[in-house]
Amino acid sequence: MSQQCSGHCHCGKGAEEAESIDTTRRDLLKYMGVAAMAGAMAEADSPEAEAATFKEWFQTHYQLMTDSEKKACIARLEARYSEEYGKHVTVSDAPPLKGVLFGYALNIQKCIGCRTCVHACVQENNQSRYDPEVQWIKVLKMEKGGDSFSEDKREKGYPEHSAIGDHGVQVGGNAYTPAGVSLEDSVRYYDPEKVPEDGSFYFPVQCQQCEKPPCVKTCPVRATFREPNGVVVIDYNWCIGCRMCQLACPYGARRFNWGEPNLPPEEMNPKTHYFGNRPRMRGVMEKCTFCLQRTREGRMPACLEACPVGARKFGNLLDPQSEIRQVLATKRVFRFKEEFNTYPKFFYFVD
Amino acid sequence: MKNIWAFAKDFLAEALKGGKLYYSWLGFLGLCILAGLYPMYIILSKGLIMTGLTDQISMGQYLSNFVYTAHIAAAAILVVIPGFVYKRPDMRDLAVLGEIVAIGFVISGLIFVLFHMGRPERFWHMLPFVGYPNFPSSTLVFDAITLNVYLILNVIAVSFFLYRRYHDRSVHVPFYHFIVWWAIMWGPLIHIITAAVLGNNARMFAWNTAVLPFAFLSMAGASGPAIVIMIFLLVRKYTRLAIPDSAIDVLRKIMVWSLGIMALVFVSEDFAVLYNSTAHAEPLKFAMFGHHGLNDYVPWFWGIMACFVGSLIALLFPRVYKSYDCWLPFVCLIVAASILLEKPYLLMFPSFSPSPLGEYTVYHTTLPEFLTLAAIWAIGMLVMTLLLKGAVGVILGDVSRESRAAVAHENTGTPVTAQGGA
Ligand code: SF4
Ligand code: SF4
Repeated sequence: MSQQCSGHCHCGKGAEEAESIDTTRRDLLKYMGVAAMAGAMAEADSPEAEAATFKEWFQTHYQLMTDSEKKACIARLEARYSEEYGKHVTVSDAPPLKGVLFGYALNIQKCIGCRTCVHACVQENNQSRYDPEVQWIKVLKMEKGGDSFSEDKREKGYPEHSAIGDHGVQVGGNAYTPAGVSLEDSVRYYDPEKVPEDGSFYFPVQCQQCEKPPCVKTCPVRATFREPNGVVVIDYNWCIGCRMCQLACPYGARRFNWGEPNLPPEEMNPKTHYFGNRPRMRGVMEKCTFCLQRTREGRMPACLEACPVGARKFGNLLDPQSEIRQVLATKRVFRFKEEFNTYPKFFYFVD
Repeated sequence: MKNIWAFAKDFLAEALKGGKLYYSWLGFLGLCILAGLYPMYIILSKGLIMTGLTDQISMGQYLSNFVYTAHIAAAAILVVIPGFVYKRPDMRDLAVLGEIVAIGFVISGLIFVLFHMGRPERFWHMLPFVGYPNFPSSTLVFDAITLNVYLILNVIAVSFFLYRRYHDRSVHVPFYHFIVWWAIMWGPLIHIITAAVLGNNARMFAWNTAVLPFAFLSMAGASGPAIVIMIFLLVRKYTRLAIPDSAIDVLRKIMVWSLGIMALVFVSEDFAVLYNSTAHAEPLKFAMFGHHGLNDYVPWFWGIMACFVGSLIALLFPRVYKSYDCWLPFVCLIVAASILLEKPYLLMFPSFSPSPLGEYTVYHTTLPEFLTLAAIWAIGMLVMTLLLKGAVGVILGDVSRESRAAVAHENTGTPVTAQGGA
């Protein structure tokens, strides 16, 4: 089954029409493309690899491909990855599930800040491992506030009593004292002997899979789009690397491949999906996909499985019996930065 | 066809003819380009990791310089307006020089955009029909279209003008006027849309403000004429094309008004965000005062503001603005340079702090990045210089079909005013 026909695509064209568009495109490209190829060619070495690079450059948006083009594309990618990583790599294009809207909930009361999820994610999703290590989940450490309120500052506010007169303190001396969830005073780069630390709580952030995603609206080439299960994905072969999406995202969820990703073959996860964890290239955007390669098969995301305290819940928002719906029905739930009206399908809760 | 060939040859011959100073300028531009070739290769093959860009500050020098090119390109059209809208005869022929400036800057700007992209070889994904542009949601699609249309309009207008003039035929035919009028309306448009590309990001508090297009237009109105005035002063110093003082005064007046409007825009924005000093004020406060000792942009902020205010005040004094070969170009240089530096150091970098998750970050331009910047600027400036040089020859009548037939005609040394012409 093709993605294109799942009723949620932007194109609304039949396969035939897509094919004719495709032919025109190829003709045009033949004339204009040669110079621009130079850069892309530089990476390839063997003649087959060169041919594959060339084909990849002409490749259209995955959603516009005909079924035969999709097959060829997947085969090409599997061959290339298998050779590059010296093992049998599969690239699935399993379609979205029917009647499913994925949602995620995270219990900030339980999270201990161990970052097991962060590393499980890196392993599952084939991120660059060094120079730099790319991480999709960030765990923010926040201080339990309160210590810094002080009696001394109580009347030391602004404006001060002066010759012009006493107008009363309008900005209390204890203003600017951080307390509770405060991003500005949060720490991402903490490294204690033991977690959780006394006096801290933790706030993991990853792509919130917005139901009204500003990143999708701003992408000039529709490389990033919302697929029918409500997950925002990226066609890494269509992304032009303009980073408009990163600029639009209010959650800092997107990661750019500033250089060639470094993924050692022995650490590579060979079970991949076209829109999920297949290896990325330099100059394209990536981010959390709710482990598309797993969740489209009915499995749980890697971060959820890894969490030692069970702080993470995942499921189908349309199924009243699902765990995620139970959380929404019974816990105190909030969405992060709801003032942006992005309607995340990632929720935070406390018991 | 033969005509076009002869025109191209004569035009190029004129463009490449010049004194020592001219050749050193061309040589300097050539060196900048050469020096940039290897860094360009490095950045294109290794990726943007060779620049100062990070996930925290994901728009850097290339985009900043692009915005500046859009400033100048949009404002170059201001040179056209007095001649065409207000029918000032002294500005009519000069219009073509403004269009050439626009061409030079748009060329640099488009190259900046290519370097800004992570995968420049996939640029075609954005093209209508061959690609899959996100129309009409994405503002970047509009920007790409308007910029390219602007470039094409100006190329048509300039070549039409020069070619007709070369054959000593009147350029004032409906076709030419149509193109010029179109370009006049298009100039501000490219800039408003560039502002939309930055302004459409709700999470970029410093940009997500209704005054951004006004800030851009007023900055364009200040920096564009500043550059054009400097070019005009050079042209009338080193060629026989006597650009009248009145033309320069028009541009200077535009500059003063723009600086004034710019001041108003800045003050309104600062007031709007600082009075309540909510999260929206954080990037501005970071630029103005720093954050817990991280104050790299503080000197830039106050230095650039001082330049703006100083230039505005200076330009109110006749002693300054009538001093055509000393103070006026100096102030113009200050205005053009401070608006150029404002782009990365105030508009761009500090606006990314705090990040969506509260980090404060500083941008560090790398050497390869700097060398590519210089090279990209040099490419646009080289095109612009050659076109300007040739165009002045055409306006003066040195390059024409007659002069090709006649024996190299003697330079009489009489200044030719720009009023002449068809
Ligand atoms: S969190 Fe960011 S990247 Fe994820 S869907 Fe929302 S806007 Fe897009
Ligand atoms: S970086 Fe890629 S996914 Fe993001 S907006 Fe640009 S083309 Fe779209």
